[in-house]
Amino acid sequence: MFDIVAFIPRMVAQSIPLMFGSTGETITQKSGNLNLGIPGVMYVGAISGVIGAFLYERACGSADAMNGALTILIPLCACLLGSLLMGLLYCVLTVTLRANQNVTGLAMTTFGVGFGNFFGGSLIKLTGADVPSIALSATSNAFRTSLPFGQSLGAFGKIFFSYGFLAYFAIIVSLAAAYVLRRTRVGLHLRAVGESPATADAAGINITKYKYFATCLGCMIAGLGGLYYVMDYANGVWSNDAFGDRGWLAIALVIFTIWRPDIGVLSSFLFGGLYILYLYIPTGMNLAVKELYKMLPYIVTIIVLIITSMRNKRENQPPASLGQSYFREER
Amino acid sequence: MDNKATASADHGVAAVSLRGITKTFGTVVANDHVDLDIRKGEVLALLGENGSGKTTLMNMLSGIYYPDEGQIFINGEEVSIQSPKDAFRYGIGMIHQHFKLVDVFTATENIILGLEEKGRLDRAAASKRIREICNTYGFQVDPDKTIYEMSVSQKQTVEIVKALYRGADILILDEPTAVLTPQETDRLFAVLRNMRADGKAIIIITHKLHEVQALSDRVAVLRKGAYIGEMMTKDTNPQEMTNMMVGHAVTLNIDRPEPKDPKPRIEIKGLTVTSPDGILQLDHVYFDIRAGEILGVAGISGSGQKELLESIAGLQRVESGQILYVKDDGKKEDLVGKDPLEIQHMGVALSFVPEDRLGMGLVANMDLSDNMMLRSFRDGRSVFTDRKHPHDLAEKVVEELEVNTPNVSTPVRRLSGGNVQKVLVGREIASAPKVLLTAYAVRGLDINSSYTIYDLLNKQKEKGVAVVYVGEDLDVLLELADRIVVLCGGRVSGIVDGRTADKNEVGMLMTRLGGIDREKQEEVQDLAE
Repeated sequence: MFDIVAFIPRMVAQSIPLMFGSTGETITQKSGNLNLGIPGVMYVGAISGVIGAFLYERACGSADAMNGALTILIPLCACLLGSLLMGLLYCVLTVTLRANQNVTGLAMTTFGVGFGNFFGGSLIKLTGADVPSIALSATSNAFRTSLPFGQSLGAFGKIFFSYGFLAYFAIIVSLAAAYVLRRTRVGLHLRAVGESPATADAAGINITKYKYFATCLGCMIAGLGGLYYVMDYANGVWSNDAFGDRGWLAIALVIFTIWRPDIGVLSSFLFGGLYILYLYIPTGMNLAVKELYKMLPYIVTIIVLIITSMRNKRENQPPASLGQSYFREER
Repeated sequence: MDNKATASADHGVAAVSLRGITKTFGTVVANDHVDLDIRKGEVLALLGENGSGKTTLMNMLSGIYYPDEGQIFINGEEVSIQSPKDAFRYGIGMIHQHFKLVDVFTATENIILGLEEKGRLDRAAASKRIREICNTYGFQVDPDKTIYEMSVSQKQTVEIVKALYRGADILILDEPTAVLTPQETDRLFAVLRNMRADGKAIIIITHKLHEVQALSDRVAVLRKGAYIGEMMTKDTNPQEMTNMMVGHAVTLNIDRPEPKDPKPRIEIKGLTVTSPDGILQLDHVYFDIRAGEILGVAGISGSGQKELLESIAGLQRVESGQILYVKDDGKKEDLVGKDPLEIQHMGVALSFVPEDRLGMGLVANMDLSDNMMLRSFRDGRSVFTDRKHPHDLAEKVVEELEVNTPNVSTPVRRLSGGNVQKVLVGREIASAPKVLLTAYAVRGLDINSSYTIYDLLNKQKEKGVAVVYVGEDLDVLLELADRIVVLCGGRVSGIVDGRTADKNEVGMLMTRLGGIDREKQEEVQDLAE
């Protein structure tokens, strides 16, 4: 029997990193920057949070000595700072120095994954544990605190109120991003920068400012996806390479959602669900079938890419200057 | 500096005064100590050849470039325009030759783009204000329509409204009529006259001298970045203006030798082409192309010109109909279904100059001789390409067409527009074609370079080549072409004799809604023969 009440919370938990990643990347792409470094940024966001939490937990010694607010704020700020630095690096290279965006992005992903694994490995050494992972249970408990009345509401509570605050934050950020992009002056200007920088420039919009701002903000949002993964989804356990390919899936989601973060909320749920569907479909003893189910998100991505490339409505196309540098005096 | 008021003492203070403006790009001097005054309530025509620095000068007024030297006065006060935003603040609005509009935005969104008004974004209020501006000056534009759904002239209207919405009272138009039909041009001029009456200062850059005469009050001429002089429009004539622009006397007539023994080379019968998304691009087109004459093709851009040429060159999938190539011995062969290489070997050459000039036919990053090789790299037997002949050909083209380039190993993108076009046309002619298809060969070229190209085409015609000339400028078509096919919405709306047709007649045919039906089209064809 398919257990929907058990399935939905896991689906949501699985979808939140994707939601952060795709919302961050959408904001970035709307400014015309194709940041393929998002998987790396999410790694850096995660490990920065882990480093912050690790140092604080060590300094305090025991869980009782930890301040509730600081337990949340230190990893959060560390994560945002790490992601911001990655965003700044990307902007300096592609906006100021006009380096190739694809190469820069791919290099940053390689760098970010290596950075995460290096510091992850160092921390594991420091703890002297036998298992190749770090467990930050006190911090994780703080991140996973859900609303107290959730438990008393049965299945309803389990489906809607069983998540840590970052999950709700992801949904709020995505919906807010959709509103800002579509309804506000800042959103209009940002979209103009991504569509046609020359036009935006002639209209008096500061291209460099918008590109830096959108890319850095996008990286910080994406970084939170990494933090959520370690602290909430993985119960505070960092092990190298555990984050996997979620960053790439987040980039695929941007295309899937036709650059709309509000659609991104729903499609993140869909992809999160597909990601773990194999655990809930009875396959008996035949493990090979399970492996086939694991392919589902990727098959859907391929199908979606085919459908989106056939669709020809202009509004649903990528920002027209995506991937290109802008230089005013170039003719 | 007390000369700011002297130049325009009898007209009050000038709206804009430029004094000693200099701008250099690397070693190239684009503007050399230019002085210029623009007054309120007048239209100033700024003339000059390609590369004479007109657009650069205006870009300094609109904040795109910043002058290296010199002063700008607005209403008598010295100002510093460092960004487009500063330009808006001083009431300067520029309508660029390539429209600065975001395709997926509505007219309203484009017009309010970049404005930092207080409060939330209120599209409805903005639309209302835009409608008011339109009513004041007689514009016809729907503020809620998306740009990519608009015609070129509607886009231009949006650009002008954009400037007015920002409160511009100094309006700069860079070649505004290059893409308009005669009727649309008239409408634009009517609006500009309204604005002049309203006390606005208008600067118009154009290559078309009859428009200068029709619209402007005063003419200023730039040559090689330097200010040459100015005169009242009513006191001058096209010959004098051209001489000032070029620096020496030139003749303004395009030769049109009588065609010698024209006989059909290509017969097009019922050609129908649909785009991949199912839109009819060419609808049962009938006409013929004759050896030894220049056939002009007129039409608003996007009426099927591109599809027509590409069908002949084998680059377009043809829905139905025939393109019959008549060989020298009178035998006919259908070009439909043949691949482009085969058609090329039969002697059909295509030179298509797209809007960005480099999109088709030339590779911007390759040098001249490599671009020549694009036509010949298959020749020869060895696995290695033959580099010597293309190199020689490049040198020949450079010499014969007076291409201005350091040498033949210069990447094509470094050349100016006119020189790029000479290279493209020169290469096609060098293949000694039987049919020469050219589209927009003089797009954006100044008078001198244009005439070089016309001469080239005429020489081909005299050699018995069937020349097809797709053009934008009706005056040129009427002077150059022996016959003119007019396309309207993918149909042939008329075939006229270039010697007897008049401009209004062709203009009407270009816009005739619905065109004429199929049976009539065949009649038109019969009449033309």
